[in-house]
Amino acid sequence: MSNERARRHLPFIAMVVVALMLSMMPLPEAIRVFRPDWVALVLIFFAMSAPRSYSVGIAWLIGIVLDVSQGTLLGQHALALSVIVYVTIKFHLLMRMFPLGQLAATVFALLALYQFLLFWINGVAGVDVSAVTYWGPVVIGALLWPFLYMFLQGLRFRARPGA
Amino acid sequence: MARGSNTNPARIPALGLRTLALLFMSMLLMYLDQRENHLDGIRAAISAAVYPMRVVVDAPVSFWQWASETSASRDELRRENELLKAERLVTRGRLQQLSALEAENARLRAMLEASHAIQIDVRVAEILSVDMNPFRHTLVIDAGGNDGVYEGQAIIGADGVVGQVMSTGPMTAQALLISDPGHALPVEVNRNGLRTIAYGTGDFGRLDLPGLPNNADIEVGDLLVTSGLGGVFPSGYPVAEVTSVTRIPQEPFADVSARPTVALAQVREVMLIYKTPRAAPAETAAGENSDE
Repeated sequence: MSNERARRHLPFIAMVVVALMLSMMPLPEAIRVFRPDWVALVLIFFAMSAPRSYSVGIAWLIGIVLDVSQGTLLGQHALALSVIVYVTIKFHLLMRMFPLGQLAATVFALLALYQFLLFWINGVAGVDVSAVTYWGPVVIGALLWPFLYMFLQGLRFRARPGA
Repeated sequence: MARGSNTNPARIPALGLRTLALLFMSMLLMYLDQRENHLDGIRAAISAAVYPMRVVVDAPVSFWQWASETSASRDELRRENELLKAERLVTRGRLQQLSALEAENARLRAMLEASHAIQIDVRVAEILSVDMNPFRHTLVIDAGGNDGVYEGQAIIGADGVVGQVMSTGPMTAQALLISDPGHALPVEVNRNGLRTIAYGTGDFGRLDLPGLPNNADIEVGDLLVTSGLGGVFPSGYPVAEVTSVTRIPQEPFADVSARPTVALAQVREVMLIYKTPRAAPAETAAGENSDE
């Protein structure tokens, strides 16, 4: 039975690890500010499609790992991720009905909220960054969403036993 | 998606309450992390878990370096070898003079009864190619607590100061570069000993020196070295070269900026400076948490 559970959670674990690695992958200085928030995107997807299994607690723990790997204030990403996962779960039934374009717009709003929280915490903690750098990941993330969505949807169905 | 069981919107129990608790916990963690250093243990433990991911991310770059090193032609290697030999000769020549100077310095200091420990212990560390926080200038080095690396340890490159250790894990440590907007470094002008503080700007190629009065004796081209004040960096390491001095008569302070002597964006190997010989790194760690 635990084998089956492991199999069920495998796509999630694998995607989170990949997302964490993508968020620490070295990029040229010029395009660094456009790096999408991979972890946030993956968590939005899983919270939307299986809110019972992947809820705010998991998002918080992953946020702590992200904080350590990025060297940010411990709890910064954890807070931002648990908030957007909360909002996603609140609206997940609605979001499932949305066509892909409208869903991307919703993801845009969620990512904007995510970046705003990071921005706000940076401001309180005294990390001074120009506000422009926060917009790159939001726009790129929303543009990437349809592709990521289709890819993850395929992955989930393939991994499901008996699907 | 098992839609049938999910139609009741209230089916996840106490979601709001749980989120609220998590928010509270995050804020508590952030407060503790910002104000004190109680969370170093947690950070180190999670950092050990992150280590394999960092190694995997770093692997392509390391592999590329290794491949280009192994496939370098014999001619290239010979040329490089010759170059290095010549460089070594020059360096050793200088070093001979240095040991004489060091002895003289020690003698003079003994006569003045001033205490000054020149002896230092260094360790070479490599930088892992992993990106961190986009908001700050940080990097990851492949030495950590197991190698005696401690928080606040000074890091230098071949051409000057690079930064300092911010937090340590067992195998890796995170360093703050001198170009980080939150970093301040006590420096002095090598020419005349004028002391000031160099602030990072978030730009790899620029440091700001905002605290100098208009009539300060500083010129374009002056070399800034660490002054040793503040206790993190040993004195006398080159930091930056003054690139512009703008004096506006109405303003009380001159507008001075400098370029770090190390190419901070390209540095691959660094040296960690141990305050005391490496036998007892654990004791030093406790006292050196002064915020620079």
